Amino acid sequence: MDIPYAEEVRPDTGLTNGKIAIWLFLASEVMLFGALFASYILIRTGAESWPRGDTLLDVPLATFNTIVLITSSITMVMAWASLMRNRFGTYRIYMGATILLGFVFLTVKYFEYSHHLSLGEFPSTNNFLAVYYTMTGLHMLHVLGGMVVNAYFWGPGATLWKTNPVWFTNRVEHSGLFWHFVDLVWIFLFPTLYLL
Amino acid sequence: MTSDHAAAPMTSDHAADIDKHVRVYITVFVALMVLTVATVAVSYLDLSVPMAVTVALIIATVKGSLVACYFMHLISEKKLIHAVLILTAVFFVALILLPILTVNDSFGIDG
Repeated sequence: MDIPYAEEVRPDTGLTNGKIAIWLFLASEVMLFGALFASYILIRTGAESWPRGDTLLDVPLATFNTIVLITSSITMVMAWASLMRNRFGTYRIYMGATILLGFVFLTVKYFEYSHHLSLGEFPSTNNFLAVYYTMTGLHMLHVLGGMVVNAYFWGPGATLWKTNPVWFTNRVEHSGLFWHFVDLVWIFLFPTLYLL
Repeated sequence: MTSDHAAAPMTSDHAADIDKHVRVYITVFVALMVLTVATVAVSYLDLSVPMAVTVALIIATVKGSLVACYFMHLISEKKLIHAVLILTAVFFVALILLPILTVNDSFGIDG
């Protein structure tokens, strides 16, 4: 049995079911990260003192990672645009670049975490580090999840392009929406944790 | 971008439309890079904490809006998606306000 409204839009909503589904999922994600940001505000405003992020964290490295993630957002949207232009080869290049940039982001985070852990800075050390590890850790899991899905659409999932290019293009667009959301979260995490 | 038939990678009309959008994506990308530099630059100014928080959040909101409107195509999205997001925004604001009201702990308490 075919999945309904995977290619054609539903007459009543004007959208494919996949599009509605990914936005509902992202709405739940907003609340998930919202809860963490609310907790951060509560912990910070309740603290007698709070360190500036740049006294404990590596701002140039985080700035580099911000640039990496924003660049991955444009490669992601260009991957989708390539499919809309019927250029599957170009899609593969852009999607591959997106996955690679995600890998660069995680590698930088690995070195950042390793540095802090080698200094004995654990989540249990203080509230600042607890917030830092929790929020960046959850964000990293999202980057990893997005990379897995994107890798599927770059590799085995791309066979759908031959049989049903419209559906495949929709799937890549939905995957892109998640990836851009991950970028959007980092845009707020970066100043909140590293600069203020 | 949302058309009546969701993604439709076959037609030349769409190809021309996509070309136009690609130029917008590149412009947005450049703006995001400039704003990232601005975010870091502002942090080196000797601003008070409330002012620094305000400026940083304004820049982050502009950047986030650019990503949502153009990369996520919200600017041309259907009303149903906007309705879902408005509802989400209401709950998100309530969630963020909760701890702020808690810190001002006279809220809701007589005397």
